[in-house]
Amino acid sequence: MSTTTLTTRPFWALAVVHARFQFLETVRIPIAVIGNLLFPSLALLFFVIPQRAVADDPGIATAAVAQLGVFAVMSTCLFSFGVGVSEDRAMPFDPFLRTLPAGAGPRLMGRVLNGVLWSYLALVPLVLLGAFLTAATVTPTQALAAIVMVPAVAVPFLLLGLAIGYRLSSKAAIAVVQATLFPLAFAGGLFLPPEAFPAWLDALSKLLPSRAARDLAVQAVTGYPAYGYALLVLLTWTAAFAAMAVTAYRRDEGRRFH
Amino acid sequence: MTAVVELTGVTRTFGAVTALDDVSLTVGEGELVGLLGPNGAGKTTLLSLVSGLRRADSGTVRLFGGDPRDASSRIALGTTPQETGLPPTLTVGEVVDLVAKHYPSPMTRPEVLSRFGLEDLVGRQTGGLSGGQKRRLAVALALVGRPRLVLLDEPTTGLDVEARHILWQALRDYHADGATVLLTSHYLEEIHALAQRVVVIGGGRVLADDSLQSVLGLVALRRVIFTLPGAVADDLARLPGAYSAQQGADGRWTVLANDADRLVRALVVEDVPFSGLELRGASLEEAFLALTQDEEAVR
Repeated sequence: MSTTTLTTRPFWALAVVHARFQFLETVRIPIAVIGNLLFPSLALLFFVIPQRAVADDPGIATAAVAQLGVFAVMSTCLFSFGVGVSEDRAMPFDPFLRTLPAGAGPRLMGRVLNGVLWSYLALVPLVLLGAFLTAATVTPTQALAAIVMVPAVAVPFLLLGLAIGYRLSSKAAIAVVQATLFPLAFAGGLFLPPEAFPAWLDALSKLLPSRAARDLAVQAVTGYPAYGYALLVLLTWTAAFAAMAVTAYRRDEGRRFH
Repeated sequence: MTAVVELTGVTRTFGAVTALDDVSLTVGEGELVGLLGPNGAGKTTLLSLVSGLRRADSGTVRLFGGDPRDASSRIALGTTPQETGLPPTLTVGEVVDLVAKHYPSPMTRPEVLSRFGLEDLVGRQTGGLSGGQKRRLAVALALVGRPRLVLLDEPTTGLDVEARHILWQALRDYHADGATVLLTSHYLEEIHALAQRVVVIGGGRVLADDSLQSVLGLVALRRVIFTLPGAVADDLARLPGAYSAQQGADGRWTVLANDADRLVRALVVEDVPFSGLELRGASLEEAFLALTQDEEAVR
């Protein structure tokens, strides 16, 4: 008997399998994602909509929705799918899945697909609030651009979340994600627009993935151009986080003791 | 022909604990091998190396001739989730599909479910299954991909007698179809029911590797324990019926006997001045430790 006739299932087929079952597991305990769906919408409702100077200006309101949208995507990816990994790793089913004939790639891709999908869902309430309660508006081309932007924003933070989730226990992962998410969001101009930053913070901010994602998202929906190297910054961080995630997955041996 | 599993000089430590210490083991196509040993002996670590979950610190592990850490080497491997760790929100049918979709020619859902009597539970979430149902599903997951090697870690722990016999029969059937099976257990009865070859592991080492018959012979050893005054003891192991003799830290002598009745008669006939006589069944571990200590002494 020869083993060479047997090959593993195609990468994308396995990635879709994992994405599908991860989605099913998440959707059956929806409380885990509802928090992510609510927080950015509440921020819009309480901090943006009452300020009519912001809410009634189409350009500024659209930018405000876009930057909270980036935050929604970031927190969905870092929490549900970064911390989620570290929680899954503590379950006995996870080591079993690792013995199946699928490498790191399809399982990570399944998580990425799933994270992108949940990111879209996280944006729904935010976009609805923005459309009905503020002057925010987009052309069909800008709406399409925003749809394309979501994975570009989601993927780097998803990979960062995975790198944290595969390296740390779930308690440590929650702390690290919190210590990462809020400074990144603030310094990236997701709560206060970067126009309000002092010059030194603005310069530092432009090197952060959150700022690059924010400016690209704002450009996509308002046409206000991002700084010149924003795309390069985002792609560089994406590559770095991908390398960290794959390394963390490969080093992982599940629980240390049995 | 390539061996199904081949470990050569494998050592694996966890911090200060040596889980496996220079272990070599080869399992050929179609064998049904039982790994027997007390908890903490290194059985689970051995399986985790073969299934690619962990890396050996030194030595090589081969699965169908390849590195088990490569997904392609695991294409004909089936394992069970440890304990009863199934994703509670997924249904039985969904979990079966999730696993089946990893293999090139898996069993159909009805086929695998009927082998384990799980047909009626297909739409039930696994969190709502009983312990025995979870166990059956876990073993079903090992077989759904039609693997040529099945690794089973304590497959029937916590099952009642009837459920255990159903599972054993399913495993015997699957082995009869030509598969190789490597299972761990600390129940002698389970090994007895299934295995043809028995590998005994203790303290991270292979203590014995033999046919079921020879191992059962060893298990028949009994412990005869007593106290002796003075230094009369040096030839206890030569008494009829005795296998080996050892003095414990408390000064009492333990004689492992393959015929305890004969040994006790000999003690009386030869007027050995023993006191506080006790007679116990030897645990497997003791039997095999005694055996290997002998071998080391000869070497």
